[in-house]
Amino acid sequence: MIRIERRLTQPWWLGVLVPVGSVVVAFGVMTLVLLATGHPPGHTFSRLIRTGFGGMDALNATFVAATPLLFTGLCAAVAFRMQLFNIGGEGQLYVGAILGAGAGLVLGNHTGWLSVPAMILAGAAGGAAYALLPGLFRAFLSTNEIITSLMLNYVAALVIDYLIFDSQSYWRDTSTPTAKVFPQGKNLPAAASWPLSHVGSLYLPFGLLLGVVLATVIWLLYTRTRFGFEVQVIGDSPRAAAYAGMRTRRKILAVMALSGAIAGIGGASQDGDFRHTLDPRGLTSAGYGYAGIVIAALARYNPFAVCLIAFLLGGLQNAGYALQGVDFPSGLVGVLQGLILFCALGGELLIRYRVRLKTRAAAAAEAAAT
Amino acid sequence: MLLASGINDSIVVVVLASAVVYGTPLLFAALGELLAERAGVLNLGVEGMMLVGAVLGFWAVQRTGSLPLAILVAAAAGAAMALIHAFLTITLRANQIVSGLALTIFAGAAGLSSYLGNDLNVADQPARHSFSSFLPHSWRTAKFVGPILFNQSALVYGSWVLVALVALYLNRTRLGLNLRAVGESPAAADAMGINVVGYRYAHTVVGGALAGIGGATFTLWITPQWVDGITSGAGWIAIALVIFAFWRPALCLVGAYLFGAFSGIPFTFQARGILKSVPPELFQSLPYVMTVVVLVLVSSAGARRRLGAPAALGTPYVREER
Repeated sequence: MIRIERRLTQPWWLGVLVPVGSVVVAFGVMTLVLLATGHPPGHTFSRLIRTGFGGMDALNATFVAATPLLFTGLCAAVAFRMQLFNIGGEGQLYVGAILGAGAGLVLGNHTGWLSVPAMILAGAAGGAAYALLPGLFRAFLSTNEIITSLMLNYVAALVIDYLIFDSQSYWRDTSTPTAKVFPQGKNLPAAASWPLSHVGSLYLPFGLLLGVVLATVIWLLYTRTRFGFEVQVIGDSPRAAAYAGMRTRRKILAVMALSGAIAGIGGASQDGDFRHTLDPRGLTSAGYGYAGIVIAALARYNPFAVCLIAFLLGGLQNAGYALQGVDFPSGLVGVLQGLILFCALGGELLIRYRVRLKTRAAAAAEAAAT
Repeated sequence: MLLASGINDSIVVVVLASAVVYGTPLLFAALGELLAERAGVLNLGVEGMMLVGAVLGFWAVQRTGSLPLAILVAAAAGAAMALIHAFLTITLRANQIVSGLALTIFAGAAGLSSYLGNDLNVADQPARHSFSSFLPHSWRTAKFVGPILFNQSALVYGSWVLVALVALYLNRTRLGLNLRAVGESPAAADAMGINVVGYRYAHTVVGGALAGIGGATFTLWITPQWVDGITSGAGWIAIALVIFAFWRPALCLVGAYLFGAFSGIPFTFQARGILKSVPPELFQSLPYVMTVVVLVLVSSAGARRRLGAPAALGTPYVREER
């Protein structure tokens, strides 16, 4: 007889053991899926790990893939912590990329070092404004923010398409005859390239460092300030928060803006760190925003755990992209991400509850005693 | 005859006909989601369930050539996806929102549906069979109503029957009454001797089956082929539709055709070269923007009257903790 009882105290090691265990179980299930569809699992996994994490080149590519995921993961974690389900990280990242690229183009090479902070600010402002739209609807009309923020992802993708493919916008390169036939974004000036630091032969994109700093700031904000305390209370018990006189509406707006700003900086980092142009196909096909949701949930909304898991999923995504082909079918990365998330969700039960196996006789004896 | 074709070619008739076409997958998926939500289970995995239904339904028709079998396969695929969500949220008491999102990531455009489409080698093939209209020619070309109501596939008429069945089930049967009790107050339902877990499982799984059929509506009828992410957000619109319909099946029908019109307009306008000076992205964004607009309008009305939403929606039921 299986009994599920609520735990009175949660031992700290369960918070580590369960996520690790869920990754292991997910890989186990994935092995079955690969076997069932006739792919050799050992081969696929060894290539996956080698391409994602084996050696300097692999790690450099993984850092590139992990940088946007770090931002979208933080974006989701910040909002989800308050039970505010901002699924719009994807679209907020696009808007950040549009405004970030715009700022870089406008400033050109004239102002030198000013370009980088301007791009960060423009990206943050764009993402925040785009997130405030569903935020305002949620705060004042209690419109479901999940669906509105998600719908705006599609709209933002169409806006990028419009700017590059269907208009003579400021972002589009129209200088050469080829660029007129094959639409592409203008190249950003040299001053808009974000600095790339390195430790030995390990290259660290500026966005990655910025993301880690942001994670620290968010951790301080959420654990060491009154604002963070109120956010957590509202997340855990909206009614208790209301009775305590906390201003839920303001918190919704502030948290949405913060969440969107983080995703927006991620978009600006795409322009400044990697793509050096507004790249519609590259941005809209990567699914950064959705991966961010996976990361936030796995990290249980802890900003430092987001950093770690963004790195791991970045490796997975980098490998999936590099290996796509016969023995690494498309869609595998999404399947694996989904499986890990399912296992982590199932594992939550083990954190919150104690599962006990009892014989029927023992259960009856206990019932008789009480 | 000439006059009839004149009216039937008019933009109004073409848009209304496309509203029925594009509304049909929304209607199936929304009715499924409605059943699950009435049992208190919010399933945000509709997009993923639709895509897996779409790809496996298409695969089945390519392999067997049988459309009814393909619909069955699509329904089974959607149901299997929903079963994961049901197990996680009902048995393991996981957060319904995160689990639903996980399902969409797992099954969605960059997940299982793409993996299966690739592995079963069904991408970029023309369909061997697809649904088509079967009513007499004179009906289909009848003035005004012909193209809208009669030049449609069996899936459209099936969805109408389904609306009636779901409405009768919810409002006129004991099982439907029990279902509403489970969604409104699982503790009271449990005390009455209703099997809360059983009801939640059954309706989540049936909801998944309907989402699978909705997805297959794309690959077996509307655009008979398989492309990654063919539903392009229809699953999310279907979830919005349930809110718009205040959890009532008949209003789902109205809403599905409203949103169907928004989804059909970009194709119609592009095909006919209407408003060429307006960028196509503006029309393409119409279904998404209108979903937001409609949700905002409905929530401002709904917040005042508290219409429709099952009281226990989104909360796991734990007998020991009631």
